[in-house]
Amino acid sequence: MRTNDVILKTVTQLVTFIIIIFSIYVFLSGHHHPGGGFIGGLMTAAAFVLIGLAFDIETVKKIIPIDFKLISATGMLIAVLTGIGSFVFDANFLSHTFDYFHLPLLGETELATAVLFDIGVYLVVIGITLTIIFTIGEDQ
Amino acid sequence: MTLLHWATISPFLLAILIPFFYKYFRQVHTGWFVLILPLILFIYFLRFLPTTSNGGVVTYEVPWVPSLGINFTVYLDGLSLLFVLLITGIGTLVVLYSIYYLSKVKEKLNNFYVYLLMFMGAMLGVVLSDNLIVLYAFWEMTSLASSLLISYWYHRKKSTYGAQKSMLITVTGGFAMLGGFALLYLMTGTFSIRGIIDQVALISTDALFIPAMLLVLLGAFTKSAQFPFHIWLPDAMEAPTPVSAYLHSATMVKAGIYLVARLTPVFGGVPEWFWLLSGFGIITLCWGSISAVRQKDLKAILAFSTISQLGLIMCLLGLGSASLYFGYGEEPEKYTTAATLAAIFHLINHATFKGSLFMTAGIIDHETGTRDIRKLGGLMTIMPVTFTISLIGLASMAGLPPFNGFLSKEMFFTGVLKATELSIFNMQTWGFIFPILAWVASVFTFAYCLIMFFKTFTGKFRPENYQVKVHEAPIGMLISPIILGSLVVIFGFFPNILAYTLIEPSVAAILPNLLGEGEKFDIHIYHWHGFNTELFMTLGVIIFGTLIYLTMKSWAKSHFYLQERDPINYLYDGSLEGLARGGQSFTSFYMTGSMRHYLLYIFSFLVLFLGFMFFRLDAVSFSGTESAPISAFEAIVALVMVTAAIVVAVARTRLTAIIGLGAVGYSLATFFVLFRAPDLALTQMVIETISTVLFLLCFYHLPLFKKKFESVPFKLGNLIVSLGVGILVTLLAISSHHSKFFDSLKDFFIGASYDEAGGKNMVNVILVDFRGFDTLFEILVLTIAAIGIYLMIKLRVAKEEQ
Repeated sequence: MRTNDVILKTVTQLVTFIIIIFSIYVFLSGHHHPGGGFIGGLMTAAAFVLIGLAFDIETVKKIIPIDFKLISATGMLIAVLTGIGSFVFDANFLSHTFDYFHLPLLGETELATAVLFDIGVYLVVIGITLTIIFTIGEDQ
Repeated sequence: MTLLHWATISPFLLAILIPFFYKYFRQVHTGWFVLILPLILFIYFLRFLPTTSNGGVVTYEVPWVPSLGINFTVYLDGLSLLFVLLITGIGTLVVLYSIYYLSKVKEKLNNFYVYLLMFMGAMLGVVLSDNLIVLYAFWEMTSLASSLLISYWYHRKKSTYGAQKSMLITVTGGFAMLGGFALLYLMTGTFSIRGIIDQVALISTDALFIPAMLLVLLGAFTKSAQFPFHIWLPDAMEAPTPVSAYLHSATMVKAGIYLVARLTPVFGGVPEWFWLLSGFGIITLCWGSISAVRQKDLKAILAFSTISQLGLIMCLLGLGSASLYFGYGEEPEKYTTAATLAAIFHLINHATFKGSLFMTAGIIDHETGTRDIRKLGGLMTIMPVTFTISLIGLASMAGLPPFNGFLSKEMFFTGVLKATELSIFNMQTWGFIFPILAWVASVFTFAYCLIMFFKTFTGKFRPENYQVKVHEAPIGMLISPIILGSLVVIFGFFPNILAYTLIEPSVAAILPNLLGEGEKFDIHIYHWHGFNTELFMTLGVIIFGTLIYLTMKSWAKSHFYLQERDPINYLYDGSLEGLARGGQSFTSFYMTGSMRHYLLYIFSFLVLFLGFMFFRLDAVSFSGTESAPISAFEAIVALVMVTAAIVVAVARTRLTAIIGLGAVGYSLATFFVLFRAPDLALTQMVIETISTVLFLLCFYHLPLFKKKFESVPFKLGNLIVSLGVGILVTLLAISSHHSKFFDSLKDFFIGASYDEAGGKNMVNVILVDFRGFDTLFEILVLTIAAIGIYLMIKLRVAKEEQ
């Protein structure tokens, strides 16, 4: 139906990257600034939804050649494993810890296990949003 | 577990084996395997006779639920032994009879004997238990087994009707009885009957005494078919005749009698017990005998006769309980003990003659194919043995000498006559009713015995009335009634063989503590008392009873005679149907199937309950002191939000409502910004966008045919309820804000989120670190929602393709 939406498609190509980068920024800065896995995941998903709108679902599936449900399953698995991982260190379920490391390029950096859990949240949110929207979308 | 315990439960153990016998020994009638057990038990229990006749008791205890005071205690005294011998003795005869009565080929014998053994075991348990809860358990099992036996021919509608009726009535009573037992436990702290009897002096002044008595009596009356609960017994006649003979004449209907006799030491001696027992007993006696006259079915006559005889026994037990009030002394008080004695004696007599009568009725049914007295007649020469046994049984039931029924009837008359002389419980005012009613009932008893006898055996034999060729029953079927009939004669001629073996120990068990050490109740049963009132009463009974029979032609056309069913049945049927219909209409009244109504109930309850509690606890509180100042931004956003909300409520189209809802959501996000919650604001913004898009999607797919763009219809009820909820929740929020009892935990999180979790974003640290567990399951919820949506859509598509 869409005959000529070259402007939309071009703008999308540009904007998508900005959104994704912003969403990753929001996700990573969640520990110290507003943001985190949930909002980051939603924004990343929004970027893909935009692609889906401007192009079609097939394009999104080409970019992410994985079943969306699998993404949320992976996220759940990471989140649970983060919790179970604390058993290895003889700590209670979902005990987190953090420390400061000197990393190349980044310098003095704080690494927290809570971020691992947040990755789980992030993936789950992306997975479920895309599943819901594209399942309903395909149904039309 | 002692031998006595094993003996009590042995019928249950045999019942387990019956299906195997039935399956693997098809050549042999299953009844033969069953027959051995009651016989062995009968002989085994006879061995206790010397012990109990000397006043001894046998008791063993096996803990069952010791922490609740529930123990399987067997307690064998004179009363228990009497019942045990009845149960096992008549049980043996009934099993023998049933072997010839029930066909090996046509009937499901395994069911029959399993139920019968279940019943026998339950009955043994009832009479041998000392613990009230164990007694109750066995008691209910008799109800269950009885219902199963009544509905033995379950393809007949009347059988299942009778079974359901007996179940409902006896279980109602049984449940009430359980309540009574619980009250007894509350008063005494023990379930043991002996333990309760020891504390009689303590409980008879308790406020719970009368309720407990009423509840227990309800159980006893329903089980023993006392007026007005007797209606189940005539309908229970749909059972096979061995069952009627066993359950509905000799054993189960006497469970109530047993209970009353057993608990007489607990409740006896107070006017309520005396009047309830003797009053209901005498009414049942009259009602049963008068109703029996108009029956046309042999077993129905016997059923009403059983009801009336049970009333007699109950009445005598009531009169006898008076002796607990003033002890075993001089006349006329001494005769109240004689009433108890008469009750026990008649109980034995009734078991013998009624058992044999049921069996002969069964024989007549079996050999002629009918039990209708209008069709029967002239069987005297064709069935001479059955005729003889019936004659003995009926003469005994009518109270003719020299049979045992005469003796107990004379003793009954003595009991009621002497009761009028009692100086207690208003007996001088009202006592005259007893002899009159007793006499009237005896006249009718005599009349129905005559009807039953002459209509069956005399007259002209009309072969065209019968489907089969009528002949005498096989000898095997006749053995049991012959034995019972002989007992009727033996007990009639030599009543004193029972006196100190069975009757005296039973009376001693019913009326304990009346005698000193080594004393015994004075029991002499004579045929001849001299020319006294009782004799003239008996003569009157014979004369008037004969008159009633002779004038039968003149009243046989009357409404009274033609109406066979007990009028109380209409009450029962009506109330049962009313209950069902009432329940149905009540359910369909409020279970409308409309979600709107259910929501209305839920919200109304919320408003009423919370509102009531607010009012009750005076919980509304508001003080302006802790409130923060309201800025202009907040006021403006609130105004926007309220406007949007009103737009949603009154919108004429759905699209407006969706947009309004979005506006509410964005205002909320703005509030989050204003109240410095950036994470919430971000999330709210995105989520609101997505949900609005989803709403639009739903709107776009609304079906066309019913899609009318009209505003929400106004309903006053909805407005009131929604206003109520709104006001209440607002009140709740304000009041709870102003009644904080503890400081919030925020100070901990402010300090700890950086020091302990290494994060500056407190919200996120709480979400993933301090309370990560919640988050874990929230993402699980999201995953489930996504999978749910996916499945709903995909499965629907798959179904459409099929």
